[in-house]
Amino acid sequence: MIVNELTSSVKGFIKSFGLPRVIIGLFLLLLFVTAPFVGVNVGTSLSDTLNRFGMNAVMVLAMVPMIHSGCGLNFGLPLGIIAGLLGATISLQVNIPGPMSFVLAILFATPFAVVLGWGYGQLLNRVKGGEMMIATYVGFSSVAFMCIMWLLLPFSNPTMVWGYSGRGLRTTISTEGYYLHVLNDFLSIRLTSHLVIPTGMILFFAVLAFIIWAFLHTKTGTAMTAVGSNPVFARASGINVDRVRTLSVIMSTWLGAMGILVYQQSFGFIQLYMGPFYMALPAVSAILIGGASVNKASILNVIVGTFLFQGIVTMTPSVMNSMIHTDMSEVIRIVVSNGMILYALTRKTEAVR
Amino acid sequence: MQGVAFIHEYVGMVVGFVLPKTIPKIVRIEQMNENIVPLLEMKHISKDFFGNQVLNDINFRLNKGEILGLVGENGAGKSTLMKILFGMEEIHQTGGYGGTVLIDGKTVQFKSPIDALASGIGMVHQEFSLLPDFTATENILLNREPLKHTMLCELFGERLNVLDRQKMEEISKKAIGRLNVPLDPEMLVSQMPVGHKQFTEIARELSKEATELTEGIKLLVLDEPTAVLSEQEAESLLKAMRILSDSGISIIFISHRLQEIIDVCDTIMVMRDGKIIKTVPSQGVVIADIARWMVGREVANNKRDARLFDYTNTPVLLSLQNLWVNMPGETVRNVNLDIHQGEILGIGGMAGQGKLGIPNGAMGLFPAGGTVLFEGKKIELNNPRHFLDAGMAFVSEDRRGVGLLLDESLQWNISFTAMQVQQKYLKPYLKGLVKWRDQKAIEQATEEYVKQLEIRCTSTRQKAKELSGGNQQKVCLAKAFAVAPKLLFVSEPTRGIDIGAKALVLQALRRYNKDSGTTIVMISSELEELRAICDRIAIISDGKVFGILPATVDSAEFGLLMVGQKSQVQEGGSV
Repeated sequence: MIVNELTSSVKGFIKSFGLPRVIIGLFLLLLFVTAPFVGVNVGTSLSDTLNRFGMNAVMVLAMVPMIHSGCGLNFGLPLGIIAGLLGATISLQVNIPGPMSFVLAILFATPFAVVLGWGYGQLLNRVKGGEMMIATYVGFSSVAFMCIMWLLLPFSNPTMVWGYSGRGLRTTISTEGYYLHVLNDFLSIRLTSHLVIPTGMILFFAVLAFIIWAFLHTKTGTAMTAVGSNPVFARASGINVDRVRTLSVIMSTWLGAMGILVYQQSFGFIQLYMGPFYMALPAVSAILIGGASVNKASILNVIVGTFLFQGIVTMTPSVMNSMIHTDMSEVIRIVVSNGMILYALTRKTEAVR
Repeated sequence: MQGVAFIHEYVGMVVGFVLPKTIPKIVRIEQMNENIVPLLEMKHISKDFFGNQVLNDINFRLNKGEILGLVGENGAGKSTLMKILFGMEEIHQTGGYGGTVLIDGKTVQFKSPIDALASGIGMVHQEFSLLPDFTATENILLNREPLKHTMLCELFGERLNVLDRQKMEEISKKAIGRLNVPLDPEMLVSQMPVGHKQFTEIARELSKEATELTEGIKLLVLDEPTAVLSEQEAESLLKAMRILSDSGISIIFISHRLQEIIDVCDTIMVMRDGKIIKTVPSQGVVIADIARWMVGREVANNKRDARLFDYTNTPVLLSLQNLWVNMPGETVRNVNLDIHQGEILGIGGMAGQGKLGIPNGAMGLFPAGGTVLFEGKKIELNNPRHFLDAGMAFVSEDRRGVGLLLDESLQWNISFTAMQVQQKYLKPYLKGLVKWRDQKAIEQATEEYVKQLEIRCTSTRQKAKELSGGNQQKVCLAKAFAVAPKLLFVSEPTRGIDIGAKALVLQALRRYNKDSGTTIVMISSELEELRAICDRIAIISDGKVFGILPATVDSAEFGLLMVGQKSQVQEGGSV
């Protein structure tokens, strides 16, 4: 009897939480348990995981509006990242040191995100049904275009331009002296010498996540979900489907811009040129690991998914390398992220809200 | 005895046929002809789809060279009967059928349409199954091309044979020649007028000659072949049918154009509600008879609390003027209709005549033009929001596609339109800075509708896709009721739902009209349903209003209107 009850409750849990999440969660747990035995510090690992969670969570959040409006997974995240990079570089050009530069970067990035997002939305409205394919190429081609622009745009701050010519931006630019760790250090809690909680960064994500959550409860937010669920129904209820979709794409693009700024302040560098090229895949696989599908996603999916994905990415290098003395981390990361995308795309309809 | 004499004459013409058993006089003729084995005989055919009886004890015989006209309303069971004849997969998957099918006196049971084709039965579908970029000849002989040996097949086998073009042309010319129509065998199908496509399909069936594996064409089923044809094309098709029948091929001809049926058929078989109502020789039959057999129900006197609607003292609420709608398959050409405040107007007509296009076009879901005046104000077409803002609502015939958010809860489905259009179920926070969904109000409203319409669900959080068709329909109605419209369009509210749910849905509409005074326009292909709850009924034919009659008029009159015959009764709105 007890065994029966137990198995049924376990089955219920697996069903509600999703088998992939249970497997990945157990794998992550196993890594944490093994860590001390192979000489890896758990505190450092946990701290790293939290840090990477904070760095990436906003970019994963950038998936949510577009999934809700039925535009699919935002493979065009590099476009949002480019808006963020423009904001960051202009902020550095203005050359106001300290936390103020972060605020400026947000302010400068916003108009770019809105304009680029609007154009991106217009494009996606013309290719209904093939959004994800088109989005991928929007991301790739915008990166290629910006590779030219980074060289040509008239930036002149000596910390950013190539030293030998004095023109054109460098591939990596340090944020030191500007907004390095402005969020990480804000209200940060040092538990042990190894375990630090980056409170400010997580708080920043929480605020954005709350805004999106609240938005999805408004009339327009409800309309966005309905457009994603059945666009014909939404049209028959008097919704301007194209306008709602465009709004969602602008939101996603803006969140992508915010995401890269958060990433930069923790990472310490602004990565230009090919930097944004592969940013979309980790974000897409994170939200899918979190249990989202192509047309359903919640904030919880974002949190769970980012934590699991970044946990694996953080833990495998240290634990696996100590165990087998070979660099397996990249292989596992690629297998997990691409495998997850593949898994999700085969399960288009299986969505749990 | 005049009748018998005529029948003798008739028998001479078509080698013999069966008469309805209701006429005792003729029984001996049947006995006389018993030694002639009919080409096709169906005995006691019955079929149900999950307990829903769609065919009930069907018996008929079809002789060599006979043309049988099969008529009946949509859903009378014609296509199911043909599917049984062809051994379609659908029939096997839903539990087979009862009774026996005999061809040339031998019992057959086709496992698939391929078996049926092999034993000499051909079918021409309503939709063309032709390759547009192939010529008529290539289409006619597709996959049955005569082949020529080449050197290469000695090496690589039969698959490297080449087509014998000359022989192909010969065969196709011969098949086209049997039809006696001007069809160019070298013409690409994509460049043909519709009529020629139809002929190509028929020629394909005719070209099937007897081989050691298959038999030559003996029986041809034509499913509404004239529906897409112009009058002239239809005429030459009918001529071709006669030629075929003279050469010994039997034809089952399904059509809604009754005059054609009378003109070309030897025997007319009328089906209704899965039963054969009448099987009569076509001579002497008039359209009015067929129409009555098609729609007239012996049990039609169901208690309908007939009310007298006062049309003179009620204002016109909605006026459609020169409305055209480009809805695929339901084109509306020119509709002029005045809808009075508080009435229940029914819109009926055959499928494809445009009745469904009217609400879809008025709402703006399909491209439309013309003038729509609501309470004297012009409604912007092609803009659903404007339609909703004016105080109208529409329950679509496409429940799953347009009517529901299948992946969302009942609460969302019912409250969504009202929330978006009329700001209902919203609660202001932060002094009205943001407005959130009012979960409590939504729950309450949903539960009320669940109770009122007897929607069967586990909870109001259940997803719409998990409900049965009838309950989904009730959710669609609740969604419309939540908007509290002044005028409600309901399109095919009972399509695909069981009888119990049907009655509930109709009752709900009637009650809603009575209690809140909402004007209702109901579009349905089931005439009896319209007659049961409407005040008057407009029949749409060829994209136009063909006539409007009070619902109390005899159903035969409506039957006449449906098949495009003007009735004797004066038309008009005043009742």
